Amino acid sequence: MGMTLTEKILARHAGVESVEPGRIVNAKVDLVLANELSAAVAIGVMRQIKGADRVFDPERIALVEDHFVPAKDAQSAKLAKLMKDFAIEQKITHFFDVGRGGIEHVVLPEEGLVAPGELIVGGDSHTCTYGAFGAFATGMGSTDIAAAFVLGEVWLKVPASIKIVYNGKLGPMVFAKDVMLRTVGELGIDGATYRAIEYHGSTVDELSITGRITMANMAIEAGAKNGIFHADAKTLAYVTERTNRPFVVDRADPDAVYERVVNIDVGALEPQVACPHTPDNVHPISEVAADKIAVDQVFIGSCTNGYIEDLRVVANILEGKRIASSLRVIVNPGSQKVWMQAAQEGILTTLAAAGCAVNTPGCGACFGGHMGTLGDGERAVSTTNRNYVGRMGSPKAEVYLASPATCAASALTGMITDPRTVAAFAEV
Amino acid sequence: MESKLRGHAHKYGKNVDTDVIIPGKYCNIVDQAELGKHALEGLDPEFTTRMKAGDIIVADRNFGCGSSREVAPIAIKGSGTSAVIAKSFARIFYRNALNIGLPIFESSEAVDGIDAGDEIEVEPASGLVRNITKGTEYRAAEFPPFMRALIDAGGLVPYVERRLADAN
Repeated sequence: MGMTLTEKILARHAGVESVEPGRIVNAKVDLVLANELSAAVAIGVMRQIKGADRVFDPERIALVEDHFVPAKDAQSAKLAKLMKDFAIEQKITHFFDVGRGGIEHVVLPEEGLVAPGELIVGGDSHTCTYGAFGAFATGMGSTDIAAAFVLGEVWLKVPASIKIVYNGKLGPMVFAKDVMLRTVGELGIDGATYRAIEYHGSTVDELSITGRITMANMAIEAGAKNGIFHADAKTLAYVTERTNRPFVVDRADPDAVYERVVNIDVGALEPQVACPHTPDNVHPISEVAADKIAVDQVFIGSCTNGYIEDLRVVANILEGKRIASSLRVIVNPGSQKVWMQAAQEGILTTLAAAGCAVNTPGCGACFGGHMGTLGDGERAVSTTNRNYVGRMGSPKAEVYLASPATCAASALTGMITDPRTVAAFAEV
Repeated sequence: MESKLRGHAHKYGKNVDTDVIIPGKYCNIVDQAELGKHALEGLDPEFTTRMKAGDIIVADRNFGCGSSREVAPIAIKGSGTSAVIAKSFARIFYRNALNIGLPIFESSEAVDGIDAGDEIEVEPASGLVRNITKGTEYRAAEFPPFMRALIDAGGLVPYVERRLADAN
């Protein structure tokens, strides 16, 4: 029986010929990731494990300060320091402090720490992002991460795979984010629980690496264990530019068994919006814009849409204009490298001139941590990935999820706006 | 694990996500008791004042969806809640709950047969859920053998210790 892409990677890392859904395997990990929140708990657990003085391999652990950075308060600073001290103690080289990293999922690919065929676990649910590169990557809690720190292995139940085939050419102002919001809308927020999503089709073949990152990133929003793309020439070009370590490019077998196949035609897809308070409450922009929904905050950034490509789209829409006086716009480039690239291209100046507040990279605003928290009765449209009650701050606030283009268009008008109606847009 | 868990039911709907179980602003807290003071704050701000130690959370499907934050089950445990019964659990929450020793049980029938305020007793070893108020009984889904072994071993930490000892 043939294997899916996920099954291939899991079998190889478990050292067995083949695996099938439901089987529990012990798999070797290529990289273990944690941020200062998940690491703080994981380090505490590791200290309780008798005989566990050292991590399994200091070169295969990445620690990124990104959730409450720059430290929000003394307690956050304490956690950041705890992780930094641990990195020094364990001689972990892939440690990224404020100013040298950014959001973990933006940083790891940039630093060449992700390659096709690898198995990566992280103490963050959006670890599934690395499926964009043909890696198996999944999020776990801190106790699992502590075990992975020590053993270099994790136990995993092999997930059944859902094959999603996308066909059609994306229309103007329709992006990978819109495709993925539509996907989460169709699957539902537990539609892929305990499953792998394998992305296929001409639409995703045409997508840039950034577009695939956006889609893999939100696999968890359908409850999936991982979301994965096949590596192609674009993937190899990206990865080999950043690392020279060897890796294996796996492919799903032609007779691989999928639990189900979902076909999505994107030819007629409009920009999409996930309305409060679940990421699967997805509606086309024509419906949402008709309601003339005024917003208090526009947020651009996150591990979903904090990439240079995203900032270019936003800058293109805001260039030479001013944002609506009724709202504020907060922009967080996803990493220090994205920030610098945006600075070199003049994007940061364009955004600031339009009236946007440009922050340093971090996760704060997305999860209601700091640097853009919503108050009672406030409403935001955001490029992030979740809109549960209280996600970005007050439980009495509302969050709409959309693409960077839809967010930028909304910034100009003050209400949730179809980006196709914004005049004088130049192709990017 | 306790031989029997007993308390009154607090009932919630589907998709109780980690953002309402423990809002992001509290995610820099690591102390279990302190986290417990904010359990379910985003969904039911009165929960921690209304509930008594031993009480049981009963919820529809996909409990714990969203983030991987282990502080979500830790907060529930820290509140004094003795167990969570749901129709289904989100994947990461499920692992985290087992890893930190928060008893969780899957049973659609039990959830449908329990109303808020009912007195509930659960036998963790057998998965027997008894609704004392209504005089009904339910059997929660069995854990797969590997997970049962993990639970019986006392969680993931003893499992890792045994693996390390075997390697030496």
